[in-house]
Amino acid sequence: MTFPGVKALDRVDFTLRKGEIHALMGENGAGKSTLIKCLTGINDFEQGEIHVDGIAEPVRNHSTKDAQEVGISTVYQEINLCPNLSVAENLFIGREPLTKIGTIDRKAYTERAQKIMDELGIAVDVQKNLENYSLAIQQMVAIARAVDMDCKVLILDEPTSSLDDEEVEKLFNVMRMLKSKGVGIIFVTHFLEQVYEVCDRITVLRNGKLVGEYPIVDLPRLKLVAAMMGKAFDDLQSLKTDEAESISDELEISAKGLGHTGTIKPFDLDIHKGEVVGVGGLLGSGRSELARAIYGADKANSGTLKVKDKDVKINQPIDAMNLGMGMLPDDRKAEGIIEDLSIRENIMLALQSKNGMFKLMTRAQQNEIADKYISLLSIKTPNRETLVKQLSGGNQQKVILARWLATNPDFLILDEPTRGIDVGTKTEIQKLVLELAKEGKSIMFISSEIAEMLRTCTRMIIMRDGEKVDELSDNLTEENVMKSIAGGDKK
Amino acid sequence: MNIKPWLQRIKKSQLLLPVVAMILVMAVNIIHDVATGAGAFSFFKITLQQTTSNGTILYGRIIDILNRGSEAALLALGMTLVVSASAGTDISVGSVMSLCASFCCMLLAGYGVSSTNDLAVPLAIGVIAGILMGCLCGAFNGLLVARLNIQPMVATLILYSAARAIGLLVCNDLIVYIRNDSFGFFGSFLGPIPTPIIITAICIAILALVLKKTALGMYIQSVGINARASRIAGLNSKMIIHLAYIICGLFAGIAGIVASSRITSADSNNIGLYLEMDAILAVALGGNSLGGGKFSLAGSIIGAYTIQAITTTLYALGVSTNQAPVFKAIIVILIVAIQAPPVKAYMRKRSLNKTSKGVA
Amino acid sequence: MNKLKKLNLNSHTILLLITIVLFAVLYCLGCVLYGRKGFTHLQTFLNILITNAGLICIACGMTCVMLTAGIDISVGGLVAMDCMMLAVGMNKGIPAPVMVLLVIITGLVFGLMQGFFVGYLQIQPFIVSMAGMFFTRGMTAVISTDQVSITKESSSLYYAWANYKLRLPFGGYVNNKGVYNAPYIRINVVIALIVLAVIFFMLRHTRFGRSLYAVGGNEQSAAMMGLNVKSVKLRAYVLSSFLCSIGGICFSLNTMSGSVQQALGLEMDAISSAVIGGTLLTGGVGNVIGSFFGVLINGTISSIVKTNGKLASSWPNILTAALLFLFIVVQSIFAAIRNKKYH
Repeated sequence: MTFPGVKALDRVDFTLRKGEIHALMGENGAGKSTLIKCLTGINDFEQGEIHVDGIAEPVRNHSTKDAQEVGISTVYQEINLCPNLSVAENLFIGREPLTKIGTIDRKAYTERAQKIMDELGIAVDVQKNLENYSLAIQQMVAIARAVDMDCKVLILDEPTSSLDDEEVEKLFNVMRMLKSKGVGIIFVTHFLEQVYEVCDRITVLRNGKLVGEYPIVDLPRLKLVAAMMGKAFDDLQSLKTDEAESISDELEISAKGLGHTGTIKPFDLDIHKGEVVGVGGLLGSGRSELARAIYGADKANSGTLKVKDKDVKINQPIDAMNLGMGMLPDDRKAEGIIEDLSIRENIMLALQSKNGMFKLMTRAQQNEIADKYISLLSIKTPNRETLVKQLSGGNQQKVILARWLATNPDFLILDEPTRGIDVGTKTEIQKLVLELAKEGKSIMFISSEIAEMLRTCTRMIIMRDGEKVDELSDNLTEENVMKSIAGGDKK
Repeated sequence: MNIKPWLQRIKKSQLLLPVVAMILVMAVNIIHDVATGAGAFSFFKITLQQTTSNGTILYGRIIDILNRGSEAALLALGMTLVVSASAGTDISVGSVMSLCASFCCMLLAGYGVSSTNDLAVPLAIGVIAGILMGCLCGAFNGLLVARLNIQPMVATLILYSAARAIGLLVCNDLIVYIRNDSFGFFGSFLGPIPTPIIITAICIAILALVLKKTALGMYIQSVGINARASRIAGLNSKMIIHLAYIICGLFAGIAGIVASSRITSADSNNIGLYLEMDAILAVALGGNSLGGGKFSLAGSIIGAYTIQAITTTLYALGVSTNQAPVFKAIIVILIVAIQAPPVKAYMRKRSLNKTSKGVA
Repeated sequence: MNKLKKLNLNSHTILLLITIVLFAVLYCLGCVLYGRKGFTHLQTFLNILITNAGLICIACGMTCVMLTAGIDISVGGLVAMDCMMLAVGMNKGIPAPVMVLLVIITGLVFGLMQGFFVGYLQIQPFIVSMAGMFFTRGMTAVISTDQVSITKESSSLYYAWANYKLRLPFGGYVNNKGVYNAPYIRINVVIALIVLAVIFFMLRHTRFGRSLYAVGGNEQSAAMMGLNVKSVKLRAYVLSSFLCSIGGICFSLNTMSGSVQQALGLEMDAISSAVIGGTLLTGGVGNVIGSFFGVLINGTISSIVKTNGKLASSWPNILTAALLFLFIVVQSIFAAIRNKKYH
C-alpha cells in the first residue's frame, strides 16, 4: 500500500498467535491503521501475503465481509452499530433466525442474544435500544457480535479512549476470557499502562516500517517509548544557537487552572515573549487539547487566561486571533485547508476574517501577500491560483503556516507542523520557528518527535492522560523527556 | 496555433454545462424555425413594436426569455449562496415570494379590500415592506438551519407550506387587485425595455459588486467547503450561513414584487408556484455542486435563463404549459446523473483504461 | 412494574405519546366547540378516515422512505397521475380491475426508477423525487388536461366500489326526523387500514423492515454489518411508490375524478404527518402508527376549520406548519441532548 510520495506500509511482518493479546503500537502515521485496513480488506495491498490458520491459500480480503468469513473481525473506536436498534438486533441484523413463514424469529434471537451477553458477563437488557447504553457497553456488543460470528482474530482499534477506568477493567475481563477461548486479539491503543496490564506481546511500527516485535517482559516502558518515537537525526542537531538572549521576562500567555471537561484537566502555564515551548506526550495525552483550550477551538470551561498581562475571555477562535494568536491544527485535512479554494485564498483567509467582511483587500494586495509567502516558504506550485488540494502535504502545510504568518501573530500554536512531511521541509519549518522566536514571537510547538522539539524548544511541557505532568527546561535531554512521557511504573 | 490547452480549459470550466445547454436550446429553436419556414435566425430577431398600452417596446423571443426568466434568475442568485454555504436548498422561496406579494398588495390596498384604484399607503412603503417580509422569512429559515442545526430542506419545509397560506390569510382569502399604474410599473416597461429585466440586471450587478468588494463570497465558499477549518481560521460560520438565508429571502421578496406587479394583483395560490424548483435547477445547471462549496454566480444566472429558454422553446414547439414539466424532469435527471459519483467513477476508470492502453 | 419497563420509555416513545395526546386534545376541542354541529358523532371521525384514506397509505410509504433518511416528494404528482389514468381509462371503457392493476404496475416501475437513482447512482433523494414530481405532474397533463369524472356510465363496477357503504353495528344516532343513521365507512378506509396493519407488521417482523431502520440509523454501520444498503434503498422507494399507487386508488375512490390540479401539496401533507408522528427526517426512527395519528391530526384540523365555516381556508396549512415547526424544534432539542450525553 503506498500513498503518493510516502509509503504507508513498507514490508512489515506481523504474526498473531492463537490465544494471545498483541499490542500494535506506533505514533500518528506509523502505519497501524493501514496494516489493519489491509487485514480487514478495506485497503488493498501491493506486495506480501496474509495467512490464516486452517486456510491453505494466502488470504486476500476485498471487503469487511470477506474478512469476517475468514474469521477476522474489527471493532472500531467509533462503533459501527446502529444506535436506534435494540442490543439483540445489533447482534443479529442481517442474519436473524427466521420463522416458518419468513418473518424474523424475535423470541429466538432475543434469547440467544441474552445468553451471549450473559456469557460475557455483561448485564444488559437486550431488548432495549443500544443508544440507552454507555459507549463501553456498545463496544462490548460490537465485540459480542464479532465473537458470535466465529471470529478467530479480533482487532480492537483504540477501544479504550472514551472509557473510564471501571469500564476499561470490564473490557479487559472480556478480552482475557476470549483469549482463554483461543481468540487472537490485536489491541491498538495509546495508553501504555493498559498495554502492560493486558498484553502478551508488542509490535512497534514507525513511519510505515517495522521497528520490532517484543515479548512484553523484554520491553520496559522507556524502551517502548524510544521505539515508538525514534532517535534524533544527527545531521540536524545544531539548529539551536543563542536562543536564550531573545527570551524576555514579559509574559505572553498565562493560564491558571484552564481546562475542558472530558478532554483536559485544569493546568497552569506561562509562556514568555520570544519563547519556544514544546509540548510532549503521546497521541491522546492531551497535548492538542491543551492548545485548543487556550485558542478557544474547544472553549475552556474552567480557569482564567491572561494575555499580555490582561485578563481575557476566549469564546471562539476569532477572539483568540484578535488577541494576536494563531493556531495550525494537527488535522490538516479536517481543520486546516479549505481544499477547493486557491492558494491565495487559503493564505488570505485568516487575515481577511480578522479584518472583517467589509474590508476586502484588493486583488493586488492579496497577490502581493500570497507571492511573498510563496517565495518566503518556497511553496512549490505552478501559480498562486492553483487549488490547494492539488498540492503535496508538505506544501499544504506551508500554505496554512503562511495563513498564520500573514496575520503577524504574537503567539503561534503549531500542532504537529511536520507530520507527513519530507525531511527537507521539516528542517525548513524548524528553522522558521527559531527565526520567529528571535523576532520576539512566542511559539507553542507540539510534536510526536522528541528530537525535533529538543532542537527547537527551550522548555518542554509533558502531558500524560489529559494532564500536565511535568515541565523540563534545564535538564532537557531525550532520555529525561522519554522518562517523563512514559511515566513511572505504578505500584 | 495550439488549440488543445484552450479546449482543455473549456472542458474544465464550470460554465461548460450551462453554455452547452443554452447552445443546444438555441439550435433546437433554429432547426424549428427553419422547418416551419420562419427564417433561420428569427429566434434572435429583436424588433420595435408599437403597442397601445405601453408605447414603443422591444419585441422578440430573446427579450421574452429575459423578461419571463427574471423571477427565476432572482431566486437563483439567493439560492446559489444558500446552496454554497449550507449544502442544502431553500425550498420555501416560491411560497415566500407569494407571501411577500400578498403582504405588499395588502398594505397597498388596505386589509380586506379586494380591488382598488387608489393606494392606501405610498407605493414605496408597500414595496419595501414586502421585500422586508422576504428578509424576515429568510432570517427564520436561517435561524433553523444555522442556529438549530436542522437540515436545510426540512427547515424550509415549514415556510414552504406555511408562507403561501399566511399570504392568503393576509389577503383575507381574496385575490387583491391593485389597479394603479404606478404598481404595475415593476412588471411592465421602462421605455422600450421590460422593467423586470432592468430590476434583475440591477440586482445581479449589486450582488456581483458585493461579492467583488467584500469578502462575503470567500467567507461563504470557505464555510461551505470546510466549516471546521473556517472556524479555526476565525470565521463565524453560523452567522455566515444565517446571512446567506437572509439574502436568499431578500431576493425572493424582490421576485415576489415583480411577479405580482406583472399581474397587478396578489394571487397567493399561483405566484411563485414551483419556482423554487426552477431556482434549484438553475443552480445545478450552472455547474454548481448541490453539496455546497465553490459557486459560480454567472453559471446560475445562465442556468436560470436556459431553463426559461427551454420552457419558451417547448411552448413554441406546441407543448402545453402543463406538459412541459415532463421534459424538465428528464433534463434534471440527466444533469444530476452525469454528476453522480458512481457515474463519474465509471467514466474516470474508462478514460484511465483508454490512456493506459494508449501508452502500452 | 415489569411491563412498564418493557415499554422502552425513551425520547421516541415520548414523541409518539405527545402525538396521540395531541390528537385526543384536538378532537376533544372539536367536540366541545362544535358538538352541536355533529362533531361528536362517530361519523365525523369516520369521515376524516374516508377523506384521508389515500393519505394514510401514502404516509405509510413516506415513513418507510424517511426511515432510510430519504424523502419522496413525487407522491402528490403520482396520485394525480393515478387518478387521471383511472378516470381516462375507465371513460375509454377499460374494465376497472385492469386499470387498477395498470396503476399499480406503473407505480412499481416508477418506484424502481427512483430507487435506482437514489440507491445505485447515489443522487440526493430530494432531487430525484423532485424530478419524479415534475415527471408525474407533466404526464398527468399529457394524458389529459381536462377535468375527467368517473361516472356510473364509465364504469359501473368502480362506481359501485366507490359508493359501497360498510355499515358499522354500533355508534349510530337518531337524527331530528327520527331516522336511525348507522355509521359507515367506505372501501378505501378498509384498504388503508389493511395497508397500515401490513406495513406495521413488516417494519417490526421482517428482515427488510429492520434493515430500513438499520440503514437510517447508520448507513456505514449497516454496510459493515453486511446489509446491501443500495438494494434496501431501492426497495424502500419501490415500496413508497407502490403504496402511493394504492393511496392514489383510495384517493380516486373518494374524488371520482382526475385533473391536473389534483393532490397539489399532498407530498407535504404526507411528510408533515410522518414528522408529527415522530418520524425523524434524519432517519432510523419512526413508526407508521405515529404517521397514522399524524394524518388524523391533519384531518382533524381541516375538519374543525371546515365545521367552523367562517375561518379562512388557509388555517389548516398554517396550523399544520406550526405543528411541524414545533415537532422539528423538539426533535432537534432531543438530538442535541443526546449528542451532549455522548460527547
